[in-house]
Amino acid sequence: MSPASVEIKTLKIDGRDVGAREDQTILEVALENGIYIPTLCHLEGLTEIGACRICLVEVKGTPKLLPACVTRVQEGMEVMVNSERLQNYRKVIVELLFSERNHICSVCVSNGHCDLQSMAQKLGITHISVPYRHPHMPVDASHERYINDHNRCILCTRCVRVCHEIEGAHTWDVTGRGSQAKVITDLNTAWGESDTCTSCGKCVQVCPTGALSEKGKSVSEMSKRRQFLPYLTLMREGRP
Amino acid sequence: MNQEDLKEIAEKQKEANAPFEHNIHVCVAASCLSSHSDQVMTALDQEVKKRGLEQCCKVKGVGCMGLCAAGPLVSSGNNEKMFQNVTAMDAAAIVDNVVDEKPAPAAIVLDSKLPFFRGQKKIVLENCGEIDPEKIEDYIAVGGYEALFHALTSMTPAQVIEQISKSGLRGRGGAGFPTGLKWSTVAKAPGTKGKYVICNADEGDPGAFMDRSVLESDPHRILEGMAIAAYAVGANKGYIYCRAEYPLAVKRLKDAIKQAEKLGVLGNEVCDTRFSFRVEVRLGAGAFVCGEETALIASIEGNRGTPRPRPPFPAQSGLWGTPTLINNVETFANIAPIVRNGGDWFAGIGTEKSKGTKVFALAGRVTNTGLIEVPMGVSLREIVYKLGGGIPDGRKFKAVQTGGPSGGCIPEQYLDMAVDYESLASVGSIMGSGGMIVMDDSSCMVDVAKYFMDFCMSESCGKCVPCRVGTAHMYDLLAKITNGTASQEDLAMLERIAEVVKFTSLCGLGQTSPNPVFSTLRYFRDEYLNHIERKSCGAGVCSQPKAAGVGA
Repeated sequence: MSPASVEIKTLKIDGRDVGAREDQTILEVALENGIYIPTLCHLEGLTEIGACRICLVEVKGTPKLLPACVTRVQEGMEVMVNSERLQNYRKVIVELLFSERNHICSVCVSNGHCDLQSMAQKLGITHISVPYRHPHMPVDASHERYINDHNRCILCTRCVRVCHEIEGAHTWDVTGRGSQAKVITDLNTAWGESDTCTSCGKCVQVCPTGALSEKGKSVSEMSKRRQFLPYLTLMREGRP
Repeated sequence: MNQEDLKEIAEKQKEANAPFEHNIHVCVAASCLSSHSDQVMTALDQEVKKRGLEQCCKVKGVGCMGLCAAGPLVSSGNNEKMFQNVTAMDAAAIVDNVVDEKPAPAAIVLDSKLPFFRGQKKIVLENCGEIDPEKIEDYIAVGGYEALFHALTSMTPAQVIEQISKSGLRGRGGAGFPTGLKWSTVAKAPGTKGKYVICNADEGDPGAFMDRSVLESDPHRILEGMAIAAYAVGANKGYIYCRAEYPLAVKRLKDAIKQAEKLGVLGNEVCDTRFSFRVEVRLGAGAFVCGEETALIASIEGNRGTPRPRPPFPAQSGLWGTPTLINNVETFANIAPIVRNGGDWFAGIGTEKSKGTKVFALAGRVTNTGLIEVPMGVSLREIVYKLGGGIPDGRKFKAVQTGGPSGGCIPEQYLDMAVDYESLASVGSIMGSGGMIVMDDSSCMVDVAKYFMDFCMSESCGKCVPCRVGTAHMYDLLAKITNGTASQEDLAMLERIAEVVKFTSLCGLGQTSPNPVFSTLRYFRDEYLNHIERKSCGAGVCSQPKAAGVGA
């Protein structure tokens, strides 16, 4: 879209007047203006899927809650990003994530560098009130450099998207339904036997938790490097 | 193929049918076939041949006659005489009765004047039980493809949409969105890369078989409706997304497409006009979520069938990013009659905001289970007691579940409520695609909620967190309540999670999955409390209390 054809919209986010290009999402505009909207499946540089539901916001005149990451701005929109109702729902959603698999931070390679963990801290979650489901999930350590621990996975599909959209390998995908869903490599073969994996490690770096990690890292040692992603995306699109 | 050709085929077929003084119709839809109606048909054929009656008595396979509970069903055409629970051994008795007016054994005689048949108004199902679903000529003989021809030759697309809007038809897939409005949105969307029409035949609600019956009984009706829609919105390609669990429907659809293309009522230059329309059948692998339109589109595109946030709506950006019209089977089945008789005619049937008729699959604890079509606005009592024949075994009515896993349970106090979109919503349920499950006092409502939650939990696609994890927790909590190990806190937790799942899930599956829980809690909260406080199940369905810790 050439700059000349882009319309500018004005809207209110949490009572503040902000200006935006018509092709921007509520999330982008909020971030530009220093307004925090929590996100998990979102990562700058990857396509948005609106799946984690953490970034839901209230828009005046719309009965439904809308995901800020995929909802485009509109003229005169009044957005509330931090109402009590939203805070409450976000807490429950994060609690649901903690309860789904095994997220015991104290023994995790990503302890201290984990998006889920910091989300819980930001939302003021001190304990999980829903019962842990603790399914039996195998750990795939077949790759020579990386480990996939499904127990830490929150199914944000950042790995799936980065592998498909940036690396172009599409090694990762999702299989199964509901709580049986899990990320897989190739056609559900061991990661180490994947014919398509280029071992680039992008999936590991974008993973929000300790689900994908580098071998040899011990508790709290796995911090992720995501800075490369917006740069790669820019280069891909040939934008200055 | 032009109008004269069409008339000629119709006349020819009528002539071919005329010499037969007697007709014997055998239901060959899935339900009756499953109780061997094919053998009945062969036996009847042989019996007729044995007696040398081939010239005056015709045995024909037809679509669903509705009263599936009493199948296999046989009728004498126009349902004057009907026979139930027929076996191949009854062939002689039936021919005796139809041809020679000899009395038939009481066990197989079905009273065709039953309120079940008389209380219905058939638009969608008008050809079911009358025509041979495997013969296009039979469909043409009852006026089939006339509406398409009329639309193509004497109406503009805008005029077609005007009639559909005027009719007040609302989507029969469940949400009840105005069909005319949907069509005009797709028609207006710029479709430089083409547009598509999709028939959603991914029926998957427990207890529902409306779409399957229509597809098996009258497949050409769907094709005609789709072709008219395609003309109206400017599409040249259509897909029927049908679940693979419906092999007979798929086979009849594919055969129907071949026949229609051969006659030139589908394909290139339909009916000698400049309009072309091709239809393909796509099989769904059996995922409930693929009934959601964005998931359905993803599935047709060859991707994992998961929904995406809307907007953009399919009308703007659907299949392969182009404007796409998606309607349900029953919606398309209503199109030809509306074009034939005009929108005003259709708008004269039903209630103020819900026009026309609705097909319901009546199931559960009711005497006459099967397929019915009634005008919008009839009462639940009429459906359950008059058409359905009441509750068997002298038991007491408890609730009727409408709308499948997205719907809710309606208790006795609302039995006199008119059945339309708004009234059902006002008592916490929905029309849905038309499943209707009647329950008596032997049903435990907590167990019912658990059953639907089990379904939603297994059918959740797993993409969004509240639906994927929330439904699993809700199921676990309901299981805890039914096995007598739950506390008041668990009930509070159930309500808390249900609210989050309802308001934060990505698609309709998650957003509506707590409905059975909400509606049973609203009307049968005492049953929940009974399980929790007294550890007992009033209906005697749930297991006895178990030692604490034996959770789900």
